[in-house]
Amino acid sequence: MLIVENLSVNYKAIKALVNLSCRVEQGEIVALIGANGAGKTTTLNSISGIVPASAGRVVFEGEEITKTLPHLIVKKGISQVPEGRRVFAKMSVLENLEMGAYIRSDTKGIAQEMERIFHLFPRLAERKKQLAKTLSGGEQQMLAMGRALMSQPRLLLLDEPSMGLAPMLVEKIFEIIQEINKTGTTIMLVEQNAHMALSIANRAYVLETGQVVLEGEAKELAENPEVRKAYLGE
Amino acid sequence: MLLQQLINGIALGSTYALIALGYTMVYGIITLINFAHGEIFMAGAFVGLFLVTVLKFNVFLAMAGAMIFCMIMGVVIELIAYRPLRKSSRLSALISAIGVSIFLSTLALMVFGADAKGFPDTAFPVQQVKILGAEISTLQLLIIGVSALLMLALEFIVQKTKIGKAMRATSEDYNTAALMGINVNRIISFTFALGSSLAAAGGVLVGLLFNAVSFNMGLMAGLKAFSAAVLGGIGSIPGAMLGGLLLGVAEVMGVAAGYSSYRDAIAFAILVLVLLVKPTGLLGQKIQKKV
Repeated sequence: MLIVENLSVNYKAIKALVNLSCRVEQGEIVALIGANGAGKTTTLNSISGIVPASAGRVVFEGEEITKTLPHLIVKKGISQVPEGRRVFAKMSVLENLEMGAYIRSDTKGIAQEMERIFHLFPRLAERKKQLAKTLSGGEQQMLAMGRALMSQPRLLLLDEPSMGLAPMLVEKIFEIIQEINKTGTTIMLVEQNAHMALSIANRAYVLETGQVVLEGEAKELAENPEVRKAYLGE
Repeated sequence: MLLQQLINGIALGSTYALIALGYTMVYGIITLINFAHGEIFMAGAFVGLFLVTVLKFNVFLAMAGAMIFCMIMGVVIELIAYRPLRKSSRLSALISAIGVSIFLSTLALMVFGADAKGFPDTAFPVQQVKILGAEISTLQLLIIGVSALLMLALEFIVQKTKIGKAMRATSEDYNTAALMGINVNRIISFTFALGSSLAAAGGVLVGLLFNAVSFNMGLMAGLKAFSAAVLGGIGSIPGAMLGGLLLGVAEVMGVAAGYSSYRDAIAFAILVLVLLVKPTGLLGQKIQKKV
């Protein structure tokens, strides 16, 4: 579904990604794990078109999107939940969700989508009139996810959904990620919490200094002594 | 007497508010002080004057024509002078804005000459109306009415329409707005169009109020409106409205109190004071980011 080939990204003199390749198949959950600064977020932002690639290419459903503008990439069916949630703080929950549906104009479909999202995240329904900045961290994460789903993406990019959340909430969020995946949305997940990520992913890539150093089935990686030592705190 | 001055102040202040809105909206979305905004206001006044004197339009049609002209002008300025510098330092775009400002006022000087031109008396018949002991001219009522109407329309667009919401989203977070599928370039163009059209309406109203349209009218009006935007909190739309009104009232009150030679200084004294005491302005706020 998504093929990233030899992708390189430079921020001025800094090489953020060096010849990174990975792929995501239809229906999978694929995790990118690694330390801070390994290039996980850059990979997602480059797929989304926010960060330009200096070399390599990104192909989505057989079509090259390396140089496609971010708003057109959303139209092609890729949606991102950015790191730090990035909800529109001064807009209401409802308006945030409306922004997620920006590319759609089917009023009925949008309303149905919103119902689905309120079903998935009942807390958002309770707070739909509130400004996003008044939500707790966990609720903001739910809003960011709901917002990204409003465009009915076929591929959902999730950047650090567990960041700053209490362990119980992290479990809840990961349950919801699996639920979203079961309803047919393919997921690419970036996480520092390797333990959680590997527990729900089909496959995973381990990134270090902008390169893939390990890849494979999530279960195998979770058993891999190197991974256990470096990322699972053993 | 106080009521009289208050109304004079509100009429003047509404025009500042109309111009200040353009500064604040553009700043809100691309953090650029569009120093050419005053010249867009000037161009609006000239287009209005042209439509009234040459094409014999009535004031309202002339205002509408000026607004459409300046919409296009604002969009083109952004396209040529600011968009190519989007990824450069903020200073480059600012210098470019000053360049556009000088270019436009010089162009107006060459085309229209140095003398101020006035609207014909027939353009808008001015009468005095007595309300609660205050003498109010129909022109002041026109200015206040039109400004209020335009600001209500703006508020509706920004709060209720899809593109207005996208504007707010883009001004909060440019990259995340793009991740929603919002074409941020189009939103920026739209913002310039909105702000420029309000400035154009302001230009026609000010041209009528002082019965003078000149190549350099954008400079002082622009700087004062900028002060108004800062007073209200740059980036805040209600702030620009409030700041404009307060500045207009302060200026008129200052003149009434006998400081008429300091007329223009009042706005800038307020600007300095705001920057010293509360740089975020009356309604501006720093966003606290939750992590």
